[in-house]
Amino acid sequence: MTVTRRFCTFFLGDQLFGVAVDQVQEVIQHQEMTRVPLVPEVIRGLINLRGQIVMVVDLRRRLRIGESIPGASPINVVVRSKEGPVSLLVDRIGDVVEVNEETAEVPPHTLEADIRILIAGVHKLDQGLMHVLNTEKAFESLERAGGSLSPLHQPRR
Amino acid sequence: MSDDAAIVKEFLIESYENLDRLDQDLVVLEKDPANRDTLASIFRTIHTIKGTSGFLAFNQLEAVTHAGETLLSRLRDGLLPLTAEITTALLAMVDAVREMLKSIEASGKEGERNDQDLIAMLARLLEPQDVGPPSEALPAKTEPGANPSGRPVPNLGEILIKRGSAKVSDVHAAVEQQKAGDPRHVGEILVENGAVKSQDIIEALNAQQHARAHSASDSTIRIDVGQLDRLMNRVGELVLLRNQIVQYANSTEDSELLGTSQRLNLLTTELQEGVMKTRMQPIGNIWSKFPRTVRDVALGCGKQVRIEMEGKETELDKTIIEAIKDPLTHLVRNAVDHGMETPELRRAAGKDPEGCLSLRAFHEGGQVIIEVDDDGAGLDCEKLRTKAIQKGLITPDQASRMGDREISNLIFLPGFSTAEKVTSVSGRGVGMDVVKTHIERIGGTVDVQSKPGNGCTVRMKIPLTLAIIPALIVTTAGDRYAVPQVSLLELVRLEGEHARRGIETISGAPVHRLRGRLLPLVYLNRALKVGRDVRDSALCAGILSAGAESQNVNIVVLRADDRQFGLVVDEINDTEEIVVKPLSKQLKSINIYAGATIMGDGKVALILDVPGLAQHSNVLGDMRDRAVKKEEGRHSTAVADTHQCKPMLLFQYGETGRMAIDLALVARLEEFHRDAIEAAGDQEAVQYRGQIMPLVRVSHVLENRRRMISENKQEALQVVVYIDKGRSVGLVVDRILDIVEESFLIQPETGRGGVLGSAVIQKRVIDILDAPSLLAAALPSQAPAGAQT
Repeated sequence: MTVTRRFCTFFLGDQLFGVAVDQVQEVIQHQEMTRVPLVPEVIRGLINLRGQIVMVVDLRRRLRIGESIPGASPINVVVRSKEGPVSLLVDRIGDVVEVNEETAEVPPHTLEADIRILIAGVHKLDQGLMHVLNTEKAFESLERAGGSLSPLHQPRR
Repeated sequence: MSDDAAIVKEFLIESYENLDRLDQDLVVLEKDPANRDTLASIFRTIHTIKGTSGFLAFNQLEAVTHAGETLLSRLRDGLLPLTAEITTALLAMVDAVREMLKSIEASGKEGERNDQDLIAMLARLLEPQDVGPPSEALPAKTEPGANPSGRPVPNLGEILIKRGSAKVSDVHAAVEQQKAGDPRHVGEILVENGAVKSQDIIEALNAQQHARAHSASDSTIRIDVGQLDRLMNRVGELVLLRNQIVQYANSTEDSELLGTSQRLNLLTTELQEGVMKTRMQPIGNIWSKFPRTVRDVALGCGKQVRIEMEGKETELDKTIIEAIKDPLTHLVRNAVDHGMETPELRRAAGKDPEGCLSLRAFHEGGQVIIEVDDDGAGLDCEKLRTKAIQKGLITPDQASRMGDREISNLIFLPGFSTAEKVTSVSGRGVGMDVVKTHIERIGGTVDVQSKPGNGCTVRMKIPLTLAIIPALIVTTAGDRYAVPQVSLLELVRLEGEHARRGIETISGAPVHRLRGRLLPLVYLNRALKVGRDVRDSALCAGILSAGAESQNVNIVVLRADDRQFGLVVDEINDTEEIVVKPLSKQLKSINIYAGATIMGDGKVALILDVPGLAQHSNVLGDMRDRAVKKEEGRHSTAVADTHQCKPMLLFQYGETGRMAIDLALVARLEEFHRDAIEAAGDQEAVQYRGQIMPLVRVSHVLENRRRMISENKQEALQVVVYIDKGRSVGLVVDRILDIVEESFLIQPETGRGGVLGSAVIQKRVIDILDAPSLLAAALPSQAPAGAQT
């Protein structure tokens, strides 16, 4: 028996990504962000989501797919994480797709290690390859990156 | 079943509360065995637990409390004197009860226990050990006021007087009679004396019973803390919404909307205050455990310590109370274990063999100050110095430059411990640094002051609440940031000319002279590496483009860790009540943000963590800088008898001369342009605040010569304004150097006029100005006035 799963898909450039539907809290239009100085540039800023402060992660920067086109208004895909909601900036939103395990492949080892851990798998779909994003890993590694990249990470007296 | 669970839960909550009080009561009782009220209260608590545990079929618990109750009843009836042994046994019983309650809470059962030894011990103690006259141990007192709620219940006499049934004098007489040894109740004595009818007594007793029942009854309810937290969050949201609406309303002409939003504003503020209040708890809640702690630690290390508390009712937010509980406990244990000497040592030092540990809490400037004060040996600064050098925390050179207070505060460095031997409670070198970290995490500060031979005081400043705080909103590079008001000292705005000249540099580091004191500056945009850096680097280098000249400089003077620094921002907006929202974990590693908040327009603003920012910008510096700072003299040091310690203004006169004047004598520091000087006869003067202020050139007087004004190359004159008999006199100096505050000894000198003597300040010999004699020499006409000052 095959297990089917539903994914919310979105595009970065013409690459297709998917996040399990149950992890997606909502999708909202581009919002004005408050930048957070001195943090890794992957963190684009903070938005106010109905009174809750949500960190916005630039997925292009995280996956090193190059900067988005100037003037474009990326979409916020708000996903749930252990630490509360986090927003992922994506170029445009795609359909919700239903896939089963048969189409899944592990990501090739030729991917750079820090990017590879973010990709839980690849599904071969008719419309192309859908990268399944491991959101929890994405934020975990971010935290480490935040720690090591930041010049401020010194123990306080 | 769920009913049972609810009953058990209720029983647990009530019993925990009672047990906490019990610890305290028992320690009080040990000090004051004659205190029948306390004994009655202990008895009642145990009796209640026994009763309920029997009802709920917790047999083991019932057995233990039964044994305890039996012993207590003997004590209460005066058949046994209270000994240390009995107190220990009773405390052990309390511990056993507490363990069982924990187990019941966790598993619903009392757990596998063997309390036979404890029960046997409690039973054994029923037999009088050394027989003393029990009546002496427990002199009868008035009504053993049953008062579980802590509210005052009027005593019988009061009720009788109030009801008009008895005369004041009769009641007094009866109470006196009772004090003199009459074992009967006041009521009985009154009836016997024929002062009151027995019917009145019965009525009065009923009234008292009613008052008692009422005071204990449900004028309070228990609320789940989670519920309160959710309520608090909602109110936080409401505050934000209110801010948005008020902001919007102010931008419209709609008077009805304005009025409505004003009412909403008021109501929200009241609601917020009300909800905040529900979260406030008296600090006594955590202090109540300390008598027991002190007793146990003192007993463990053979010391005698009593504990005194002041300001138990001082209230703090629940989250803060929780956050300071552990650090406070550590400080208390530490004070007893480290601070206090043994009774022998204390006696030898001429002190009361029983040490005294005082806890004090009070409000000060929107914060709560908590002090842990012991009258022990104090810190051995020499030992601390040696130890710090040994551990490589400071160099010998730094050590020699540090004052006692700085040295004392070394105990907050990680890995620092001066205890000769490691004991179970302290001396492992962990602790004080953890205390400091914990206190700083909630936005507080901590420091220690030692009085050698007389103990030391640890002083903590704690914010009242963390959830909603007043903050100053500033703008830099187009972004708004919130600066918590607790760190804010003052705002300085330099305009036009002042903006250009007001900022100087010390080897590249920008500073501003704030009332003669050098204030290190931090440019927020540079610290955060955001935008518009060109102007600031130009400012720092002292080369300003023409366009930048018109820029004003806004300095937010902040306090971090006892230091001051100026935060330069583009714009200072307003103060606002902000709701502190935590940042996600990924951003927490950056310690310059304390959180984020939502502004009136719905946008997010970051809250700056002032200590973190200061550290990031190296304002606090490392130990070396601290030592240098010390020389700048921000800290007062402990004063030895022969030494003086007051703030002194250091200035330069002539080419090389350095002098100091008591800052208390200085009214202001001013700068006058050369053109402003007028001559009245051969006396130079300026117009100052509607008066003619004579100018005295310090270098001329001291070097005993007169130069023409034109000789002086300086465009502007640095003037120390000195008030002499209500009249200002300007002392012209060549440069204001610094303000220092350190302890020094003046070597008197009689040879030179205008000089009081000399002292070693900042490792240099510096003359101390004798202003009256200087003025007498410089302004002979005003000599009488000057000489008397």
